[in-house]
Amino acid sequence: MNIIITITVTALVVLYAGLFKAKKALLPLTLIGLLTSLAFVVTSWNTNQTYYGMMQMDNFALAFAGITILGTLFIFLLTQNYFAEHSENIAEYFTLILFSLAGIVIMVSYKNMSMLFIGVEIMSVALYILAGIRKNNFASNEASLKYFLMGAFSTGFLLFGITLIYGATGSFDLGVINQYLVTNYKSISPLFYPGVILLMVGLCFKIGAAPFHFWTPDVYEGAPTLITAFMSTVVKTAGFAAFLRLFADTFAPLHDFWLPPLMVIVCLTLFIGNVTALFQKNFKRMLAYSSISHAGYLLFSLIALTANSANNVLVYAAAYTFASIIAFGVLILVKQKTGNDNFESFNGLGKRNPFAAFVLTVAMLSLAGIPLTAGFMGKYLMFLNVMHDYQFYLVAFAILNALVGFYYYFKVIVAMYFKDGAEVELETPVQYKVVLVLSLIITVFLGVYPSVILNLI
Amino acid sequence: MEQLLLLLIFLPLVGAVVTAFTGSAAKHVALVSAILSLALTLITVCNFTPDASTQFAVNYPWIQDLGINFHAGIDGISMITVLLTNVLVPIIILSAYQHDYKNSNAFFALILFMQFGLLLVFTAMDAFLFYIGWEAALIPIYFICAIWGGKDRIKVNMKFFVYTIAGSLFMLLGIIYLYLQNPAHNFDIQAFYNLNLDSVQQSWIFWAFFIAFAIKMPVFPFHTWQPDTYTEAPTPGTMLLSGIMLKMGIYGVIRWLLPVAPEGVQQWGNVAIILSIIGVVYASIIAFTQKDAKRLVAYSSIAHVGLISAGIFALNTQGMQGAMVQMLSHGINVVGLFFVLDIIARRMKTNKIAELGGIAKQAPQLAIVFLIIVLGTVALPGTNGFIGEFLLLIGVYQYKVWAGVFAGLSIIFGAVYMFRMYQNIMLGKTNDLTIGFTDIKGSEKVVLYIICALIIVLGVYPKPILHLSEASVQQLIEQVTQKLTSVN
Repeated sequence: MNIIITITVTALVVLYAGLFKAKKALLPLTLIGLLTSLAFVVTSWNTNQTYYGMMQMDNFALAFAGITILGTLFIFLLTQNYFAEHSENIAEYFTLILFSLAGIVIMVSYKNMSMLFIGVEIMSVALYILAGIRKNNFASNEASLKYFLMGAFSTGFLLFGITLIYGATGSFDLGVINQYLVTNYKSISPLFYPGVILLMVGLCFKIGAAPFHFWTPDVYEGAPTLITAFMSTVVKTAGFAAFLRLFADTFAPLHDFWLPPLMVIVCLTLFIGNVTALFQKNFKRMLAYSSISHAGYLLFSLIALTANSANNVLVYAAAYTFASIIAFGVLILVKQKTGNDNFESFNGLGKRNPFAAFVLTVAMLSLAGIPLTAGFMGKYLMFLNVMHDYQFYLVAFAILNALVGFYYYFKVIVAMYFKDGAEVELETPVQYKVVLVLSLIITVFLGVYPSVILNLI
Repeated sequence: MEQLLLLLIFLPLVGAVVTAFTGSAAKHVALVSAILSLALTLITVCNFTPDASTQFAVNYPWIQDLGINFHAGIDGISMITVLLTNVLVPIIILSAYQHDYKNSNAFFALILFMQFGLLLVFTAMDAFLFYIGWEAALIPIYFICAIWGGKDRIKVNMKFFVYTIAGSLFMLLGIIYLYLQNPAHNFDIQAFYNLNLDSVQQSWIFWAFFIAFAIKMPVFPFHTWQPDTYTEAPTPGTMLLSGIMLKMGIYGVIRWLLPVAPEGVQQWGNVAIILSIIGVVYASIIAFTQKDAKRLVAYSSIAHVGLISAGIFALNTQGMQGAMVQMLSHGINVVGLFFVLDIIARRMKTNKIAELGGIAKQAPQLAIVFLIIVLGTVALPGTNGFIGEFLLLIGVYQYKVWAGVFAGLSIIFGAVYMFRMYQNIMLGKTNDLTIGFTDIKGSEKVVLYIICALIIVLGVYPKPILHLSEASVQQLIEQVTQKLTSVN
């Protein structure tokens, strides 16, 4: 609870600081707030407190809160002069991101369906505005509108689902619902099944899984890069945590029922994400599509429910988050210099800025899943998870998709090292260096010695 | 003694990091690191007892929750491949001395990093560690070939990369499957050996592993990436690929495929041998028609590897022992050949056989060493190639006479196209291009003399090498046949 309070208070303080034109103080205040909430994550570890039956701060919630807060912290560090270029009202954007984060913490810790809904809404409303922060930019406005319409849709599905399940069980409480499933296993109300499917659809919208992914590429491309980074890492992770909390836990007794539709979603997501990413000329759009395919790999954890499912998602999400932050960070640097985010703007980066090129290479290797990086560990755990159920065809399909992934991730590496570009020096600001180095260390460390987070949850 | 193996494995990694941060002196640092590794290897060989046991073993828990251990050790089979790696890497680095590579620190650091990966592969006694090494060797060679390679390097190397990683991902699938079958839930090699898999399971395991190894070697029809990649790569890259990396495939078959899935091998070994022999004949015929010397050697390498692979799947001591010696010999010879061609290409700016000729008159020393290397490659008695190919042929012949006959053809073919290449490049009339050819000097001399010495010494007195691996090979064959007889 203190985590959410800290984040919310920080958001308000930052808003007021902006009112008094204390622009210099915004970032430090935010960072202090986030670090404090991270400290609360650490101190509440293993306490497993429940708040009024609405939220449960178990280790699952804390671990995911920790990763999302850390990811947000890194993204804030990348804001150096970023929003100033787009708008006068920087404080508002800081506040909105923080509010969104508060919603995310609720999403990872809900124990009651109403909290799920509230969390999703708090997160989303802030994001609708953030996607459109470049008021005079057409793409940004388009992104905002699309995101809002699609988001409203998915909220509708979510609410319908919640209602139907309430109708079947008479409760919003996850524990009660789970109990209902266990005790009435033979005579579950017919309302319950469409409820589960609607919830799945609603959440798939949020995590951008196919065939509910159509908003992702446009929104990711249109939104300012930093917001895209936030959406595709932190928000996505939160969506998965919410998904997992509901399906891996509460709806686990109905696994046989929701597995077939989920399998279809996984295969579609992997295939569409990978194959479309292959044909992109724009780095940012490629990342958007690749994020769809990563959603597919992440859903593997739900196909075979084991004791480690949640933890596997955590490892994968961490690997994906930090590699993506590197990718977006370098993208911002490159775009500031060249003005566009096509693959060609990365040409010759290996010479212009060997450091950034090297870090981005490691990030791409991690996203592609090469050993000794966190991304490999994540993929490995997902494959292992599914192999427990002997789903060979699914894994073979996933391997073929991973091969496609190598192609498009290596496109960037090819551009950076093997092609010559304009000989423009590219400097890395200090804050960027900090973020890139830290993300690099996390990526390699989790790849070499993942034991630290393998048994967290 | 424990520390010795750790030192042996991690020294190249340390060397790579140090090399990466040195500027123009990178090649010297890399060479020192490689020579230190060689010295350590020689110490290891001296302390090695040539029985069937796994020695210098280290076993540390690495990722305990997943049953992954850092378990490495050296037996006779590993010893040969480790020796091969650490003898060839300094030679390869020295052979790159005359070149001015851009960002040479990155170049040499990648070579050493690859050495680290290779050593992991050759010493791993844990399947997961083996896989890590397998990929850790691939990434650096991809960058070496794609950054410093020829004109078509990007496309060619992408093909190479996706090809090999496709194979290795299916191998990973096989490894995960074995892990799940293992009641102890770890990746230990001994536990994998002791698994009781039925023949259907073993067939699947066979294919999951065989394709990965066949792509790496490469065995027909998985070879299509090889000639282009060899030709486009910078010469040190070609040497690493042909001299050492393809041995990963051969080693993988011996270490993992045969003992883990003997029934699979029994069932499908025929197919593997037929593919290998087709590869031998096919590559030899294509080698005839090549106009580019580097491509010719690339195809000859497919033919040689085909014979080695056939010898292994013949599942007898002669074939296996022949494979061990031939791995070493082929590595030395092919590195020598590529180096000679590199020397010629650097001076003449071409490797087209038709454009060259009469170099022997201008460069008598090169002519002699080149001849010795060619003789070694065509397996003349008294050179290192002979003993390996002889044993391999016996092995294949014992398996099936027709297989031996076809495999034997490869030696004749090999002699023909190799001598023809030598004749057209070195002998004949000196033309306008080759008139300005200067003889070998400096580091070139050192490298070629070392290679020639190795060819002759191993050819005249191969016993120590055969002795190193004999007990381990013996035990492996027994293990496999025992498992097979207990089933039948």
